Amino acid sequence: MSEHHDDEMHEPTSFLTKYIWSQDHKVIAVQYSLTAIAIGLVALVLSWLMRMQLGFPGELEFIDQAAYYQYATMHGMIMVIYLLTAIFLGGFGNYLIPLQVGARDMVFPFLNMLSYWVYLIAVLVLVASFFTPGGPTGAGWTLYPPQSILEGTPGYDWGIILMLTSLVIFIVAFTMGGLNYVTTVLQARARGMTLMRMPLTVWGIFIATFMGLLAFPALFVSGVMLLLDRVIGTSFFVPEIMSLGETLDYTGGSPLLFQHLFWFFGHPEVYIVALPAFGIISDILSVHARKNIFGYRMMVWALLAIGILSFIVWAHHMYVSGMDPAFGFFFATTTLIIAVPTAIKVYNWVLTLWNADIHLTVPMLYAISFVLTFVFGGLTGLFLGNVVVDVPLSDTYFVVAHFHMVMGVAPVMVVFGAIYHWYPKITGRMLHNGMGQFHFWVTFIGTYAIYFPMHYLGFVGVPRRYFSYEDLEFIPQSANDLNEFITVAALIVGVVQIQFLYNLGWSYFKGEKAPANPWKATSLEWQTPQTPPVHGNWGKTLPEVHRWAYDYSVPGAPDDFISQNTPRQPFEKLEEAGEIDPDPTPLYPDTRGHTTAEETS
Amino acid sequence: MVLAIILVLLVVITVLFTFFSPWWFTPLASNWGTIDDALIITFVITGVVFIAVSLFMAYAIYKFHHKSGQKAKFEPENKKLESWLIGLTTVGIAGMLAPGLVVWADYVYPPDDATEFETLGQQWAWNFRLPGKDGKLGGAAVRFISYDNPLGVNPDDPNGQDDIIIEGGEMHLPVDKPVKNLLRSVDVLHNFYVPQFRAKMDLVPGMVTYFWFTPTRTGEFEIICAELCGLGHSDMRGIVIVDNAEDYAAWLSEQVTFAEMMAPEEEEMPAEELMDEAEDNSTGEGDNE
Repeated sequence: MSEHHDDEMHEPTSFLTKYIWSQDHKVIAVQYSLTAIAIGLVALVLSWLMRMQLGFPGELEFIDQAAYYQYATMHGMIMVIYLLTAIFLGGFGNYLIPLQVGARDMVFPFLNMLSYWVYLIAVLVLVASFFTPGGPTGAGWTLYPPQSILEGTPGYDWGIILMLTSLVIFIVAFTMGGLNYVTTVLQARARGMTLMRMPLTVWGIFIATFMGLLAFPALFVSGVMLLLDRVIGTSFFVPEIMSLGETLDYTGGSPLLFQHLFWFFGHPEVYIVALPAFGIISDILSVHARKNIFGYRMMVWALLAIGILSFIVWAHHMYVSGMDPAFGFFFATTTLIIAVPTAIKVYNWVLTLWNADIHLTVPMLYAISFVLTFVFGGLTGLFLGNVVVDVPLSDTYFVVAHFHMVMGVAPVMVVFGAIYHWYPKITGRMLHNGMGQFHFWVTFIGTYAIYFPMHYLGFVGVPRRYFSYEDLEFIPQSANDLNEFITVAALIVGVVQIQFLYNLGWSYFKGEKAPANPWKATSLEWQTPQTPPVHGNWGKTLPEVHRWAYDYSVPGAPDDFISQNTPRQPFEKLEEAGEIDPDPTPLYPDTRGHTTAEETS
Repeated sequence: MVLAIILVLLVVITVLFTFFSPWWFTPLASNWGTIDDALIITFVITGVVFIAVSLFMAYAIYKFHHKSGQKAKFEPENKKLESWLIGLTTVGIAGMLAPGLVVWADYVYPPDDATEFETLGQQWAWNFRLPGKDGKLGGAAVRFISYDNPLGVNPDDPNGQDDIIIEGGEMHLPVDKPVKNLLRSVDVLHNFYVPQFRAKMDLVPGMVTYFWFTPTRTGEFEIICAELCGLGHSDMRGIVIVDNAEDYAAWLSEQVTFAEMMAPEEEEMPAEELMDEAEDNSTGEGDNE
């Protein structure tokens, strides 16, 4: 920490090093986010096309079976991996970790830059599959063999190969980024920033990244093995089978092995997306409710418990897969146990609203809508986790509705909330409030209109991944009307997202200038000397942390928030001395900052 | 404020929709009413939690939305409240899980008097096999499949000679008799699903999977595929006709056995060639029983 070192931030000087080959975590974060949003738009358009086929079958003549399954496959994979995983970790993780823990940058800036460019390659390889003969793969986003690598499945020629290659590249990119995030949290925190003083956003991203580093290898190996099965004819996942009237050369492979590997990754993946969302929402709720997050320590332990438990629940995706059904007892039990720490999080969010001073800003609207959507999606997850209840519902629209609520809409609500919340810091301008309000209401009510009734199609037994429902006797005619309604709602919600993007662009140039700390928040990213923060984030001296991130509406304080880098105040000393009312429930010293260790050192 | 009203409205709509929308369980035709019961228990418990949490949130927003001069109460945690909530949640979870597992135990272990039949899936059709008089299905594998032997029954297995082969996707079952459905696939994953029976299971190439059920009313029910199996997935249909005892016996007497099917053309060349070729990479995988 020599002064000499502090003086030199090594700011990049040319346009190229500043905005393109940038090693600055903030630029990389924006690069990651914009790329993720761009590919996310592709997924959005694909969902419109699918909904057109379901709501108005045959109206768009270019949608045949092959196209429909290609849309479904690409939509799912893009949303889960290339949009949500990338934007939460590569986007928000990159932007917020160094700023919230008080670091100048990620600890390995070059690797960080590499992570983005490799991610971009993964996206481009994926996009390339749209332009190859035969098009992208239509095997379903789970890519279950043998179907995914058999002739006759859309994208047999190139689609499946490019999909698997892209996934493998993505995992390389994620690993470079992930190692960086974990190391930065562990090694580069500012003075006084103990682990139990970190904002929950950092906790969520930190644990999710750790999980990613453990879970993605399973996808990596299954991707490589499936690629070998497809390209050089190994038999990891394919037994002796007959396709198109011919016995193939495969022998002895196990389709179930792929499913185990896929879900060993795939279930933690759900939480890799969810935990950053949990963390971010905790902070947004707290800031805009002007109240400390309720039960901070319990929130951290719940994140950790969910992270660990999520590695032993994967086969709840496979209750009717043909695996030994006795596994069902174990996986149903672990799956329902994970509901306990998850429920704790929900309780603490809603209890944070109690006795609060709720400002219904756009980020807060999104935060509250997230809680509602997540509660809905989490509860329907209990149906599917409860093994025997899953039997009639699996592979029906109930599943589609459930995972879109819990893993589609809920995290996307958080992405929106987070963008509205941090946009002023990132760009120095406020997002247009009116457009934001409009975007929120249409998105919130629209998505509920799409997915809520869909659960009931699942009760009827309407199977998912169907190109059409002609002549299915058990499905009442009225279900078609419902499908039309859902399609119309989906188109409307989709169009409003374009308006959101317009707001992003418009506000960047014309938006109201943002103050440094528009929401009066406590965490460090709002305390930077410049807005937007410049290279190196903190100017000459790093911030020093004296308290947790949730000192809102502290009794005796002049303002309703005390930033994390504010030293202990006189009134707090009085409080300790017992001269004014202490906290109703005193915290451990290291949580709020009543120890004097750092201050005296 | 608007938000609080909307949240309450969503809850009201959700409840009304549940009771008054036309979309609900397809009428049951098997013994698995217990699955419906477990589902209803889960529905009620989760429904109460959803209503409680949503209304609590709506009320909190109504009561504590910002007014000038309002200050939030600083309350980092409340051990007692948190313990109560954890306890109650655990009870609710156990209340769902316990009945679920009891019914699952029933689902996993077929009753002793269940008779077996086999379903063979392929892109995109269903075929069936009954064990015949000896009550045993003969061994079968993909390498035995030929034009004459579409199910791939091992021609040398004595148990297979009296097996009854049912092509064409229409299967008959006797009413009120438990049956164990053994599932095989020729090519990719499929899933045998009759919505009225509730039960379902994947067909996995290379292995034999199973589930059991007892049809409880006569009639015609559609078999659909519930695991993405390629372009024809949504057109992969079959029919189960549940008969009373006489009708079933009459239908059964008209069916041909494997031996009868193979008899006239046993020495036909193409089948032989196919078998020889397949023998080279035979591993015994997929043999039945």
